[in-house]
Formats: sequence, structure tokens, C-alpha cells
Amino acid sequence: MLAWTVYISFLGVLALLCLPAGMARAARVIALVIALAGMVVGIAGTVCSGMNGVWFPIAEKPWVKSLGIEYFLGADGISLVLVLLTGIAAVTGILFSWNVEHRAKEFFAFYLALIGGVYGVFLSFDLFLLFVFYELAIIPKYFLIAIWGSTNREYGAMKLALYSFIGSAMVLAGIVAAYVVAGGATTNLFELAKYPFPEPFQFWAFPLVFVGFAILAGLWPFHTWAPTGHVAAPMAASMLLAGVVMKLGAYGALRVAMTLFPAGLAAWRNEIALLAAIGIVYGAMVALVQKDFKFVIGYSSVSHMGFVLLGLATINGIGLSGAVLQMFSHGIIAGLLFAVVGRMVYDRTHTRDLDVLETMGLGRTLPFAAGVFAVAGFASMGLPGFSGFPAEMQVLIGSWYAFPTYGVMAGLGIVIGVAYTLRAMQKAFFSDSVETPAEAAHPLPPISLPEKIGAILLIVVTVTIGLYPKLLLDLIIPSFYSPLFDGLRQRGAF
Amino acid sequence: MSYLELLRLTAPEIIIVLTALVVLAADLLVLREDPLRNRLQIGAAFAGLGCVIAAGWLLAVAGPGGELSALSAGGMFADDSLTRLMKVALLGLTFATILISTEGTFTDHVGEYLALILLATVGMMLMVSATDLLMIFIALELTSLSLYVLTAFNKRDPKSSEAALKYFLFGGMAAAFTLFGLSFVYGLAGSTNLNDIAAHLINKGGAVDPLLLAAMALTVVGLGFKIAAAPFYMWAPDAYQGAPTPSAALIASGSKVAGFFLLARVMIVGFAGAPGSGSWHQYSTGWLPLVAILAGLSVVTGNLAAIAQTNVKRLLAYSAVAHAGYALLGILANDSRGIGALVYYVITYGVTAVGAFGIVSVVEEQTGNARLVDFAGFGRREPVLAFCLMIFMLSLAGIPPLAGFFGKFYLFTAIAGGAVNLGWLWLIILAIAMSAVSFYYYLGVLKQVYVVAAPDSAPGPRSAMTTRVVIVVLALLVVAFGCAPDLLLGPLSEAIHGVRF
Repeated sequence: MLAWTVYISFLGVLALLCLPAGMARAARVIALVIALAGMVVGIAGTVCSGMNGVWFPIAEKPWVKSLGIEYFLGADGISLVLVLLTGIAAVTGILFSWNVEHRAKEFFAFYLALIGGVYGVFLSFDLFLLFVFYELAIIPKYFLIAIWGSTNREYGAMKLALYSFIGSAMVLAGIVAAYVVAGGATTNLFELAKYPFPEPFQFWAFPLVFVGFAILAGLWPFHTWAPTGHVAAPMAASMLLAGVVMKLGAYGALRVAMTLFPAGLAAWRNEIALLAAIGIVYGAMVALVQKDFKFVIGYSSVSHMGFVLLGLATINGIGLSGAVLQMFSHGIIAGLLFAVVGRMVYDRTHTRDLDVLETMGLGRTLPFAAGVFAVAGFASMGLPGFSGFPAEMQVLIGSWYAFPTYGVMAGLGIVIGVAYTLRAMQKAFFSDSVETPAEAAHPLPPISLPEKIGAILLIVVTVTIGLYPKLLLDLIIPSFYSPLFDGLRQRGAF
Repeated sequence: MSYLELLRLTAPEIIIVLTALVVLAADLLVLREDPLRNRLQIGAAFAGLGCVIAAGWLLAVAGPGGELSALSAGGMFADDSLTRLMKVALLGLTFATILISTEGTFTDHVGEYLALILLATVGMMLMVSATDLLMIFIALELTSLSLYVLTAFNKRDPKSSEAALKYFLFGGMAAAFTLFGLSFVYGLAGSTNLNDIAAHLINKGGAVDPLLLAAMALTVVGLGFKIAAAPFYMWAPDAYQGAPTPSAALIASGSKVAGFFLLARVMIVGFAGAPGSGSWHQYSTGWLPLVAILAGLSVVTGNLAAIAQTNVKRLLAYSAVAHAGYALLGILANDSRGIGALVYYVITYGVTAVGAFGIVSVVEEQTGNARLVDFAGFGRREPVLAFCLMIFMLSLAGIPPLAGFFGKFYLFTAIAGGAVNLGWLWLIILAIAMSAVSFYYYLGVLKQVYVVAAPDSAPGPRSAMTTRVVIVVLALLVVAFGCAPDLLLGPLSEAIHGVRF
């Protein structure tokens, strides 16, 4: 059933392509229906799976027989969590882009193509298939940013596309090598994970594949595409970019690099943890001095994704499950933050300069936006009661066991995180230095209904997971006991 | 060997030659007074029919399973399931090329133009079948001479003549080198038959004769010229740009397909005794390192030079150089899987190239030029064709699930598996890294099509129905071969199975 998340999305693309031009409203409705259907299928599939996170197959057919490539979809708890995230992000993204009028049909076609590719990656248990979906998700991103973006869009789009392609080129090289070394008879992930790759091979193949994927997860120092891409992207695209696409990278690193090359991970984990910790602190510190509101959120994404990578490097149960939970949590919170900045504020004020926003007194004119940003900010800081707290807490505990120094660095990152979030919040919404009452010049349009629904949906999710993380942890933790993670379990502390 | 048998073996080539004569005669004798459009369409109908009959013959004779490698005519000519498949593919590419030229206005000499396309096709078909040095040279020259003239066909445009002259001078020089090399080979082995040469070289054993090395290097020059591999690619950008677009499509597709197959045959069969090794750490002299140098140079030069291009035809020319580099990896694998990968890659590349040139010709008709800026707003003007262009460009860039991606994956796994201990990994990583570079310029074309706003000037006429249908069919093929590679891989592995290559 879960396979329909992929099919529905691509059917939606076809439906939108057949739609006559100029029917923006119809395009929006179709896209919303498709995204909702995908989300419902995702939720239903999760519930039907028994909510225990144990691995199960969805579809398994030979694809290219002579090379042993299969069309093999399946899901474990990690996939389910990320499928849920994708569904929620897709629906809210469309709600927040209800005001897209320019070439709306194409916009939503690219949007759904991206979503379809993302679902595909999360559900693929064949290496070749996973890579196919992974690359498939890159192209729509380019067009979404280059056509509908704002500041420096063509530069941002090309930079993002090239970073993605360089990453996927590294991954492809690693995949080809792994496939050939394992005998060249299968690309099934379970079969490959069973194969004992020689340690010298793992020693160079692991960093190739891991870094290739992690570029898309914003691994420092390959993160520079992220802030420019986020800033250039239209609102819905930056929500998806931060919310879902960055997770593709982290997911690939976990699903492919770490399960196939556990010995390589053991050899390189210190370096990876160091880069992740630097990313956390660096991203936070740079976010602290940004003038552009969206850059603040962009760099905060780099910082928060650092937690994911740090959690992955710990190779202990609590760190790994924290990393996956953080993927989900950051997807929701970043979506919310970008929604406030890109849609509620920028589409109304047409500026993202914090110094200008400071003079507008948005806290009074847009109280809903201010409230949402306050909630999202608290969630982003990692306050208890929001999903960020259990996620980052677990990563910190995990890294305390594995490498205490980096754990301390990450903790420092949280503190700076509080600082930049409060600074942005104070400047944008709650500043005292209001020169002219904004409503006098030209009143801002009120927050529309789709925006409210989207924001409330995201807030409900982050609070629910914050109060009851077991809902997702029950899915995540059993996944690490599937045969896929055998190699990793032998080396890790779980 | 009776003449009847010879007639049977070469029937497809004979059919095409006869078609060429019919088209020529019909145009000169009957259609002279008709308007240009009618002449083109009737001529194209005849030519296309000839291609279909020849392909039908090939498929019907082969039958289920097909007969295995029948070396015939005193070992001059191979006719087996693989060569048949190649010929069907070549005929298909020619067919598509003929169809996209039906709207052309670049020449009044319709009969000659179509006849030359068909003669070039005969040359390519002979290249595929040739197993004897003399036959190889004749096939190469037949193809090249036809293509030189096809390049010069736009007499109103001095660029066309210039391109043809450059192509001809380079080609003549390359042919001379090849002939010189082949004479060395004959001198060393005492035979012009590829199998005999191989047997002789293997018997000699030991280190590679320096004379043989010189012979191999000289032979590679001519064949490298045909496939536009660096450093023998200088003619390609000018020829592609100056030639009438359908001619360029044929140069880029059919002649490439045949050229690669011939190169593979000469290297893998003819020089089987002296492969050497191009592996990391284990270098030894032979044809493998020679071809590896060509592959590495092509991939780097093609992709880097393409970045700087502002004309889409030139861009496609440099991208063709890069793709020649990728395809050479299939030859380097030096086994039947490598041949399978090579054939899959060049056929799908040929389909993509014809499609891309078809779209270039549409843009040229509409705007009068094929610079990158002329593609601005194409997505608004021709949404369907623009979508097809996106498919072609992304396939060339190697994005799944399109044919270009699977072709690359297949090549990379074939060559990686072909050497012990991942010896070719350095070349694979170079190729993959360069393909990441290539995204930049392919996206650059798509950026013009979709992102950049259309210019204010009035758009030209809408594209013709025939051209549109052909392009859409080609795009569908690219998608189908990518999503279901077994469509082509099935017959291909059946054809390769048991063929002594």
C-alpha cells in the first residue's frame, strides 16, 4: 500500500501536465488533493504495519535481470517516520504556497515530482532503485528555485544542483565499486549488507559514499549550498529543502553508507563527529550575525542537521534513534520557521532585512505570525515539550558515551541556538524601535486560512512528538534490529 | 562461397543501395518540376521505405535465436545476430534522420541529399560487418566521403562549406594515418583478416613489438577521428555547427554507432594478442592503455570545453566528445559484457542525439540560429518539444530513469568488473566526476528553455507535424530504454550470447 505514495505523486505530475495552462486554482487543488492522499496513505500504511517498526516488504520484482537489479520497495520504522514527515511537509508546503499564481501548473508539477522522488528514496531497499529516486529528486529542485525563487535565484539553484550532483557522483562511484566487489550479481540492500566487504575497501568506499550523501545533509564544510539555496528558493521549496531534501542525504548516509560499510564507519567516525560538531557550532554562530531573516533559518538548518550527523556517528542505540528523531523534528520545525519567514512575513512586507523588519512592529500587525514564530523558535531551541527536545537530548546523551568532547561542543551549539533564535524573534517581531505604525502606510493583508491550517498542523505535530516521543521511537528503535544493521550492531554499543 | 550466398548475406546493404538509386532517379527524372516540399516528402517516403524493408529483411532472416557468427566471403564479412541488431539500429537512426529532414529548406538537390544519406548508411552497415582490413578501410571511406558531402550541402551558407572542408582535411589526414597503420599490421601479421592477425600476434607472445605499437597507435588515429574522441575531435564542433542539422544528426548518431562497433572489433578481435594493461599500478604496453588515454582525454576535454559554448550545436559536439570517452570504457572492459554495455550506450546515445538535433532544427527554423539565447522561451512556444528536449538533455547528463543513466551505470559496472582488483577505478572515478561537471551545461540549456523569459520578437512558424512526431517517439524511446532496460538488453544479450567477438 505504501508504494502508492510514490505512484500517486507521479500520477499527480501527469494530471497537472495535462491541465490547460492558466488554471492556477485547479492546479493548487489537484496538488493539495494528491499531497493529502499521499499523507493519508503514509499514515494508513504506518498504522497497518502494526506500528512496531519491524521491516516489511512492499513490492519486489526483477527489474533488470541480467544485472540483478530489482524493483524492491519496503519499509522499516526509519522509512515510516520519514514517509510521515514527507507527507506532512508536502501538504503544509502546498497550503503555504496557495498564493502561487505565476506558472502555477508547472510549479506544482515540479513540486509533486520532487515529493514522489523523496517517497521513493525512503521506501527503496534496492541500491540502484534508491539512487534512481535520489537523482530524480534533484532536478525539480533546480527548476523550483530557478523559476520561482527570489534573491539570486539562478545562482542559488545552480549551486545547489551542482553540489547535489557532485555528491551523487561520489555516491555513484561508491555504488558501482560496491556492486562489482560484491560479485556484480545483486543490488538488493539486504544481500549487499550481508557481504563482508574487505576492510581496506571499506576504508575508502565509506567516506566516498557517506560524504556524497552527507553533502545534501549540509555536512560542514560542504554546507554552503544550503543557506544560499534556502534563501533563493520560493517558500514551499525552502520548506521542502530543509524539511525533506536534507533528510535524503542523512537517510542515504545511514541506509547505504553505514549499513554496507560498518568497518569504514568505525574507522572514520571520529572525523565525521568532528565535522558534525563544527557544523553545529559554526552554523549557529553564523546564524547569530545574519542580517537576512531567511539566512538565519538557513544557517540554523545547517546547525540542526549537524545533530543528525553527530547522532549517526555515535553508533549507539540512543544516538542513532535520536538522529532519526531529529530528522523528523527538524523537518517539521524548519518547515514552520520557513513558513513564517518566507510566506507570512516576506510575501507581505517584501523584505527580509532584519533591520528593516525591526522598524515595522510586526508583532502588533501580524500577531499570528509572531505567535507561530515564537512557538517554532522555542521548538527550535530545544525547549522541553517540543519535538526538538527529545531528539537533541538523545543525540547529546549518545555522543556523551561516544565522544564527550564533541558532545560538549554540540551542547554549546544549543546555547548559541537560543541566542540567535531570540535575537531574530526580538528584531523581527518584538522590537521597541517602531518608527512608523505600519498599518498607516499600507495595511498588510491578514494571515489567510490555508496558512493558519498549515501552521497549526505543524505545531500540533511538533508538540505531540515533544510530549510523547514514544510514538515515533517505537517505530525507530526496532528498525535497528533488522538484518540490515547486523554489521553496525556488531561494532556499535547496542 | 557462391555469389548467391554472398547476395543473401549482403541483401540489406544491397536493398539500401538500390533504394538510393531509386530515390536519385525518381527525383532527377520525375519530380524535377514539383515544389521542393513534395520532392522531399516523396523522396523521404521512398528512402524510409527502403530502410524499413532492409530492417525487415534483417529481422526476418535472423528469426528466433538467429544463426551464430558466420564469417563469410573469405572472412571479409561477418553476419551474425549482433551485427544484425546493430544494422537494425543504424537503419532506425537513418530513418529518423530522414524524417527530420523532410521540412528542411537548405537544399534543392533532394535526390542527391537522400541518396547520400543512404550511401553513408551502407558504409556504416559495412563498418559493422567488416572483419578484414581492406573491407574496414573501404567501409570507413564510403561513410566518410558521403558525410563530407552531406556536411557541405547548405550551399547558401559559407559556414557549411568551411565545415565540410575542415571535416574533409581532418578526415583525409586521419584516413592516411590509418592506412599507414594497417599496412604495418599487414606487414607484421601477413594477413588482412582480423582473426588471422590476432592468431599471429598471440602466437608470437612475449613483449609487445614496438612496430606493432606504432601500428596500433596509427590505426587508432583514424578510428578515433570517426568517433570524435579527443585528441582527434577538432573537426567536430565546426562540422556540427556548419552542417545542415539533419546531416549533423547523422554524423552524431549513426556514424558514431558504427565507428564504436568497428573500433571495438579491431581492438578486441584484431589486437587480441596485445591488450596490455591500463590498471592502476600494473601498467603494461598494449592497446588498453592507448584507448584508456583516449577515453580519459575525451571525457575531460569534452566536458570542460562544452561549458564555454554559446551555440547549442557546438555544445552538442563537445558533449559528443565526452560521450565518446564514456563509450570507450565499454571497449576497455574487453569482454562480452563490455560489448553489451558499449552497444547499449551508443544506440541509446544515437537515439538521444538524433532527437536533440531534431529539436535544434526546429529552433533553427523558428529563430534562424541555434545559439543558446535562441532557446529562450522555447518552453512557452513548444511545451511538448521542450519537454522532449528536457528528456534528451537529462538523458545525456545521465539522470535516471532515462536511458543515458542506465547506459553509464552498465558501462561503469562492466569496466569495473572487467579488471582484477578494480584496476580501472581511476578511469571510472574520472568519468563520474566529469559527468558531474556536465550537468552544468546541460542545465544551462534547460535554463534557457524554461527559466529565461522569451524575447519580444515574434516567434517563427510552428514546428511541422512529422518532426514533432519523430521527436516525441525518440523521447519515448529514451524513457522506455531507461525505465525498462531489458527492452534493449534482452535482444542484445541474446545476440551477444555465443557470438565470437
